[in-house]
Amino acid sequence: MLASLFAQATDWVAPTIDWHAIAPELVLVVGINIILLLDLSLADAKKWMLATLSGFVMLGALVPVVTLFVIGDDSRSMFGGRYVIDEYALVLKGFFLLVAYVVILMSQTELEEGGYYQGEFYVLMLCSVLGMVMMTSSRDLVSIFVALELLSIPAYMLAAWNKRNPKSNEAGMKYYLLGVFASAIMLYGMSLLFGATNSTLLTEIGATLVDGNLSGIEVVGVVFVISGFAFKISAVPFHTWAPDTYEGAPTPVTAFLSVASKAAGFVALVTIIYLAFPNASDVYQPFIWVLAALTMTVGNVLALRQTNIVRMLAYSSVSQGGFILMPLAFAGEANASGSALNAVVVYLLVYGFMNLGAFATVIAVSRKTRSGEISSFGGLFSYAPGMAVLVTMFFASLAGIPPLGGWFAKFNAFKAVLDAQSSWAYVLASIAAVNTVISAAYYMKVLRTVWMDEAPDGDTSPINTPSPIKAALGLTLVGTLVVGVYPQSVANFGDLEDLTGTTELVVVVDAGG
Amino acid sequence: METLTDQNFLLTLGTFLPLVGVLVMMLWPKDDESGVKSVGIATAGATLLVGIYTLTQFDYSQSEKLQFAVDAEWIEVIRSGYTIGLDGISLPLYFLSMCVTFLVMIYTWDNMPDAGNPKAFYILMLVLQTGMAGTFISQDLILFFVFFEVVLLPMYFMIGVWGGEDRQYASLKFFLYTMFGSAFMLVAFLALFFQTGGESFGFAYLIEMGAGVDRDVQIWIFAGFFIAFVVKLPGFPFHTWLPDAHTQAPTQGSVILAAILLKLGTYGFVRIAIPMLPEGAKAWAPAIAILAVIGIIYGALGCLAQTDMKRLIAFSSVAHMGYVMLGISTLTEFGINAALFGMVAHGLITGMLFFIAGSVKHRFHTLEISRLGGMLIQMPKMGWILGFASMASLGLPGLAGFWGEFPAILSAYQPGFGLNEVLFRVCMVIAAIGTVLAAAYLLWLYQRTAFGQPPAEFSGGAAHSLSAGAGEHAGDDHDSDIEDVRPTEWMAWTPFLIAIVVFGVYPQLMFKVMDPAVTQMVETLGKSLG
Repeated sequence: MLASLFAQATDWVAPTIDWHAIAPELVLVVGINIILLLDLSLADAKKWMLATLSGFVMLGALVPVVTLFVIGDDSRSMFGGRYVIDEYALVLKGFFLLVAYVVILMSQTELEEGGYYQGEFYVLMLCSVLGMVMMTSSRDLVSIFVALELLSIPAYMLAAWNKRNPKSNEAGMKYYLLGVFASAIMLYGMSLLFGATNSTLLTEIGATLVDGNLSGIEVVGVVFVISGFAFKISAVPFHTWAPDTYEGAPTPVTAFLSVASKAAGFVALVTIIYLAFPNASDVYQPFIWVLAALTMTVGNVLALRQTNIVRMLAYSSVSQGGFILMPLAFAGEANASGSALNAVVVYLLVYGFMNLGAFATVIAVSRKTRSGEISSFGGLFSYAPGMAVLVTMFFASLAGIPPLGGWFAKFNAFKAVLDAQSSWAYVLASIAAVNTVISAAYYMKVLRTVWMDEAPDGDTSPINTPSPIKAALGLTLVGTLVVGVYPQSVANFGDLEDLTGTTELVVVVDAGG
Repeated sequence: METLTDQNFLLTLGTFLPLVGVLVMMLWPKDDESGVKSVGIATAGATLLVGIYTLTQFDYSQSEKLQFAVDAEWIEVIRSGYTIGLDGISLPLYFLSMCVTFLVMIYTWDNMPDAGNPKAFYILMLVLQTGMAGTFISQDLILFFVFFEVVLLPMYFMIGVWGGEDRQYASLKFFLYTMFGSAFMLVAFLALFFQTGGESFGFAYLIEMGAGVDRDVQIWIFAGFFIAFVVKLPGFPFHTWLPDAHTQAPTQGSVILAAILLKLGTYGFVRIAIPMLPEGAKAWAPAIAILAVIGIIYGALGCLAQTDMKRLIAFSSVAHMGYVMLGISTLTEFGINAALFGMVAHGLITGMLFFIAGSVKHRFHTLEISRLGGMLIQMPKMGWILGFASMASLGLPGLAGFWGEFPAILSAYQPGFGLNEVLFRVCMVIAAIGTVLAAAYLLWLYQRTAFGQPPAEFSGGAAHSLSAGAGEHAGDDHDSDIEDVRPTEWMAWTPFLIAIVVFGVYPQLMFKVMDPAVTQMVETLGKSLG
């Protein structure tokens, strides 16, 4: 019996593995295990070391990303093109690791003071980051799904981390149920695509799905896969989980969800649209057009009414998602596809900095006020002018006011849409322009409270911000400012050539048409 | 377009020097109020010195060319550069912004608004200065957009934190209106960029290529510019934020708003919208002219109805900017020159009026016209200055206001490029009627506030009767409260007063700087409009 097994094994050839290319993932895996083991034997008083260690793991994983980037070879492909490390992947890997590092800085004090399960928290977070890092390189329906689940499942638990707080439980539960529902829809769509195209490799699917001769099953498959990701990126009408989850989850986790998890959803969506659906633009473009217009408008209008800052940021992140989605509605147009990819990647990078910064200020302020109401920010300018300036910077950046990073992200998105030069593009751009104004209204509401209102309880003792949060604020501020003043620093990320495979597919279209 | 690049560090220095002052002030202890103020004034003074040096180095014989030009790379991906330069059109406004900031800061020395915190106030003024100067030197649409927006937040906070009762409403209204305009401006910029081939955001390139864009497309893109700039102007029917913003803003904010910020809109028309989209401009010119005269009459009637001095001055801004718009809409050399002159003159005169309004408010704690009176008796110098500024504002020949208004009206008699003469002549007549109304509301204002006896509540006698039993001294103290023009006020105001007279007596001083640039612009316009 054994002999027959071995006989079969001779047919199996071990895949060649490029160890350098998957070094970031390996560092994370090793880190996860070390922290898990260390947590067992560490005394409670020394648990803070785990936070520091997790931070080092993130930075450690960043080292191979940087070396790979510096070497700058052509893309490294493994497992038959199912796992590709190209510039697109590297930039986003770097982004996710940095975001995770900042989130760890933000969580450290909160976890220590709350006496939560620190070891487990960091392990789960690292797992989730591992999923995100894998997502950037996945070029196959199966590996995308695995990465998605790896990043989502720990996030469900993180959302419910305040386990004695019913709201946190509600947050985790809602997130879990809707997330699983979305996964199911997506998986169904994927299975339809696999059935119709006989492949799970994105580029092969992309070569098969061509406008004009799509079968009904293929259309449903495309729509279901996009809908599944629409949950992940909380696009309207799939956004209903976001506000409750964001409000109930511990604030650092909310920051993580609204930036990293959302960005991971976008990364998967972009990869799939560019590699698997590039020639099915008649199907996905109108769908995304409607999603984008709805998402930014509904998110904004609901944000106007919020009195809780985290809920407001939740709706604001919904509407920012609409802006990120907007260029993808024209990703299939020949002259807009390049700038659309660039616009999405740049927006994600900038959004990461400014939204994390905004959450960091919320954490810093609510440490003193013990409240999540926007009105609790009153008087900040009088007792903590430095913090008031920071809040101003981040919220103004979210509103898209130069010279803070947000303007360039918005500008780039507008530019990508108008690149398409169709009347639909102008309509969408006009909707987005009106939305910019609406969003300014609620961001300004916060700034107005910060600068012009009195402290609600008359407590004007200064804020005492712990140094990890200060570091997080510093990092995000530098990012926001540098991008705003010198946008060239990020403007080259996310070129069409960076995403391996897109150029070949475009050639296919030319040959066919 | 030919450019001169000698000493091209000057503009960058002049624009960003205030930010250096901001950094120093951030590190300065907050409690040392006079130290903070000194640093602020010193920075603005240094900036002004750079401005004066720029003025001396400017080659007036070639004022149609961009001077001190820099064309450096900035955001290559979107083909936008750090392209800056100064010519005859932007020089007066660039320099005016530096003067006004410096003088406003001196005025603030002992006229700090009630909310206190001079550190933040001075920092905001310096940031504002960078934004304003940057807008006037930009020769690239994206750079222009960035500076144009930088101005927003400091002004928002200035009105919102240091303003009057309704400051929150007014500041948000100001912000949202301008944001609305900017959003459309950005879309229009991008549309223009793509329609001209997507090669560059530089002004020179777009002026060259813009004329080739289809007429219909030009009209649409011009609509975007129109919304953006008319909101900023503000022109009828987008003017409603202005009276609120002006009334609620602290004096310093009002002065800067009137003197410089309102000019960003008209400057945008002259510098961007009209030269880049000649066909669009021609198609829109009648509409602009009609809105301009509506603004003139509406603003004037609005003034007559006001009971608050500051609000009245704010409405007079709407009327005055109407003349500027009328001049621009004729698309003639004559009209645009008048408009540019009118921008500077309005900046000086209305700025001065707001200063006076601020000082009156500081002394009487009210600006209700019906409660004021007898200023000439109680503080004669202030009264005379108010009279002088009112005369200048109504366009008395010999003072600066005249040279902005009169030629603008005249230019409507003969609009350029085959625009409908009948329409423009009707506009001309209506605008002329507007000057009569201007005389009416300004003289009426002057009559009510400066003539007659000081009202009982603010004169010594009333204090006696009100505070009966408080003793004789109480009344004397109250009376000495109302002091005449103070030294810092003299320092801040004298340059304004001198400039109003000098430009009124010798307008050629400014016309000869602007004219070559305007002539060249209209000639280029003529080439594409035939």
